[in-house]
Amino acid sequence: MATTLRAVSFLPAFPILTKLLFLLPISAGLFGVLLPALGYFPDLGGNQFHFDIFRQLLEHPALPYSVWLTLFSGIAATLISLSLAILLAAMLSRESLSGNNNNKINRLFVIVRRGLIPLIAVPHAAIALGLAFLIAPSGWIIRWFSLLVLGWETPPELVTVQDPFGLSLIFGLVLKETPYLLLMILAALPQIRAREYLRIGQSLGYGNFRSWLKLVLPQVYPLIRLPVFAVLAFSLSVVDVALILGPTTPPTLAVLILRWIDNPDLSFRFLASAGAVLLLGLTMASLIFWRVSEWLLLIKWRNWLSNGKRGSGNEANKLAAMSGFLLLGTAFFSVLGLAFWSLSLRWPYPHVLPQIWTQRNWERHWNSLRETAFTTLEVGVIAAVIALFLVVGCLENEQWRRVRFSFRSQWLLYLPLLIPQATFLLGIQILAVRLEMDGTFLLLVWSHLLFVLPYIFLTLADPWRNLDARFPQIGQCLGASPLRILFRIKLPLLLKPLLVASAIGFAVSVAQYLPTLFAGGGRFVTLTTEAVSYAAGADRRVIGVYGFLQALFPWIALLMALAIPRWRFRNRAALT
Amino acid sequence: MNINFNTISSTKSGTTAKPLYYLIITIIFLLLTSFSAYGNSWEDITKKAKGQTVYWNAWGGSEEINAYISWVGSRVKDDHGVILKHVKLASTADAVSRVLAEKAAGRTNNGSVDLIWINGENFAKMKENELLYGPFTENLPNFKLVDFKGKPTTLIDFHVPVDGYEAPWGMAKFNFVYDSARVSETPKSIPELLQWSERHPGRFSYPHVTDFLGSTFLMQALIELTENPEVLNHSVKSKAAFTKTTAQLWNYLNQLHPLLWRSGKSFPASSSVQQQMLNDSELDIALSFNPSATSAAIANGSLPESARTFVLKKGTIGNTHFVAIPFNSGSSEGAMIVANFLLSPEAQMQKQNPQIWGDSTVLSIAKLAAQDQQKFKSLPLGIATLAPEKLGPTQPNPHPDWKNQLDAEWQRRYGQ
Repeated sequence: MATTLRAVSFLPAFPILTKLLFLLPISAGLFGVLLPALGYFPDLGGNQFHFDIFRQLLEHPALPYSVWLTLFSGIAATLISLSLAILLAAMLSRESLSGNNNNKINRLFVIVRRGLIPLIAVPHAAIALGLAFLIAPSGWIIRWFSLLVLGWETPPELVTVQDPFGLSLIFGLVLKETPYLLLMILAALPQIRAREYLRIGQSLGYGNFRSWLKLVLPQVYPLIRLPVFAVLAFSLSVVDVALILGPTTPPTLAVLILRWIDNPDLSFRFLASAGAVLLLGLTMASLIFWRVSEWLLLIKWRNWLSNGKRGSGNEANKLAAMSGFLLLGTAFFSVLGLAFWSLSLRWPYPHVLPQIWTQRNWERHWNSLRETAFTTLEVGVIAAVIALFLVVGCLENEQWRRVRFSFRSQWLLYLPLLIPQATFLLGIQILAVRLEMDGTFLLLVWSHLLFVLPYIFLTLADPWRNLDARFPQIGQCLGASPLRILFRIKLPLLLKPLLVASAIGFAVSVAQYLPTLFAGGGRFVTLTTEAVSYAAGADRRVIGVYGFLQALFPWIALLMALAIPRWRFRNRAALT
Repeated sequence: MNINFNTISSTKSGTTAKPLYYLIITIIFLLLTSFSAYGNSWEDITKKAKGQTVYWNAWGGSEEINAYISWVGSRVKDDHGVILKHVKLASTADAVSRVLAEKAAGRTNNGSVDLIWINGENFAKMKENELLYGPFTENLPNFKLVDFKGKPTTLIDFHVPVDGYEAPWGMAKFNFVYDSARVSETPKSIPELLQWSERHPGRFSYPHVTDFLGSTFLMQALIELTENPEVLNHSVKSKAAFTKTTAQLWNYLNQLHPLLWRSGKSFPASSSVQQQMLNDSELDIALSFNPSATSAAIANGSLPESARTFVLKKGTIGNTHFVAIPFNSGSSEGAMIVANFLLSPEAQMQKQNPQIWGDSTVLSIAKLAAQDQQKFKSLPLGIATLAPEKLGPTQPNPHPDWKNQLDAEWQRRYGQ
């Protein structure tokens, strides 16, 4: 026991280091938001603290609708994504259970699973633009419809994208968040030994879907609660998707804040900061609301869980298949539309295919690609590796020293995901300049770490904590050191969640625009800084090129994360 | 003060035509900029600039413009050993934010931004908050080629005196774009635009006022509709004056909006999106701020061959876009080399070519060498570009005060 304790004595350094890495920039970022919101920013002539800016914010004519729209679209998108992910996960785990792939519907599910997961790699803005082209009144669907049925010369006057209720925005978010949550659920299933539970359920006469809902869901939900929270926070504060698919009069709060920041009148920065504080408050309130609703639902459904009623629940099968295909089909055609655009010179309405094809769009960007791609890869890999190292250290510390990462520290980790980046980064930038660190590679990685680490933590924490404690115990009994247990038992057992977490962390790094621009001082060009600046020109042809390039690396990473465990454990079915 | 003598002597010896005129221009400058601490001989600047890296923060949404900037980079590297890096931005505000953060943190040199592509309002605010370096334009040898007389907005940007804090780069003029395959008759005034919309409901729109083109449309309509446009040249005197001057505009918009795309309940998010909607046939008439942009867009395939432009009989708003150097640039000499090259006949000609970008020159053709004059004249006009004599009179931008209050009132009325 003594040797063990000595061996793990360095472990507390991990949470301390992680907290230090976060505390400094986050407090700078928070001050950078809070002080201007309270009227203090000497370089813009604000020398006094007051609450006038909040009054100004609350009196802003667009605010009430904007707040309503933000809450509605954010909560609805999360709710729908989660429901679909649960439905699909239930059906997919059924497929892997029966082991009988001859069934037609099973084969379809395999397609859904293989198709949906790579969507995580496609950048939000690209999916949103593809979707916008698909469903716009002059979009692809209408063009086919016009060609085959109606022959409209000009696009019909329909309200599809940017509808006032934010439905297309919700649709766009669901398209991206469902695969993420689905992956989180699938990665967590082996931890709770879902197969065994499903078998027990079925042997007691419960249908598959019913067994899933009654036996698996209550166990798996706590494991994916953090990812669900991340989705909720993200949906409330998302900017790029809302810019493309959301309404304009007024937009969601996050877009409204962005407009204030973009206003040449620098005094609007005060209002933007106050808006960011409000958005942070709304996000916190929504998370609490979500948690309370969980609890209420639990009370209501507790009886249902144990009422003993049997039934197949097979009707859910069809629903799952349909929604799975709707999602997959929409995503597929959104991406395909962008692919065609990237190969077109002209593609006007009502043509269903490009009028003039070209390789020019690709050739133009091919030359500058190598350097850009290398920087992207470099930052992403380094950030993901550092984050993984720190997260594993923190989680090991938890287990060996039996101290849970406190609630407060967890909030600290997730804060960067909850605050609108554009306001948050101003304070961090001031700190970076003070430290003479701006524009350095180190700061660039550090700033990415702020967003990569929380995602890796929330992807990995629950599988890690829920690893059957008896495995390491056996190791200990056999006299293995903590390090040996880590490398010989835990890491192999947790290979899949580890790789998935790294792939997601890498994808998060690849997607960062504002942190790269701010921390990098414009010195570092990545695929995303190129893509986002081109997106400002709304040219689908270039966006098509960059959407693909941006998706490429995360997609490869994700494929590897899924393929490596399958190959490594080809003889151990339960681990894949 | 010796600097100013330098400028006078260099302008005198540098030209042969109209020396008196240049003297007047220089005197105007002396008045605008009482003294200059930044002056240096061009020789010194060139020497210091060699080997400097200039981070030029400019909107990066257009492949054509990006390609042009990268050509500028190769030219200044060959000629002056200045390394130019284009930091592509989605919004100029991102660069302003960084300069602001640096100022707040006390970074007075070696800032991350060396050159910034800027428009009137951003300039006014950066100048007001002392975020700019200068005055520097009098140092640039090519500055004297600018057409100050014919293009007064090169000296006064949105009613804010430039004072040498930004170097003119290109000219913009408000115009309308339409698809001649669908539109046979184009409106010639703001009231006629309403009549046209009555006949073709849902086929016109203007970008949301958070886009500069959207707010320019409001100002354009206001200039034509208000009884006394003269008041627009000064700041808004009072709430009552604003209400009185803009009453006709709101009246007009109330009639126009139900006839717009989606009945005016939604607006294109930006000018780029609006152009795409014209290409998608969702609109028949759109707006532009560059008379040659439509020709350039046809050339690169983003508008149909049948796209054309028109302007209003009484004229349209015109202004100038510039480049400025942030107060804490560590490569201000290199930035000046770039700004000077941007003003050279070679670079201006390249820029005006609609096959390359199609952005009008700020130079006075008459001031150029005969050879350059000839080259400028032989530039293709572009299929959809109106000849200079058909572009109509140029109206000044109203005072920025009007823009701010118009935006706010528009938000109150239609933005919710």
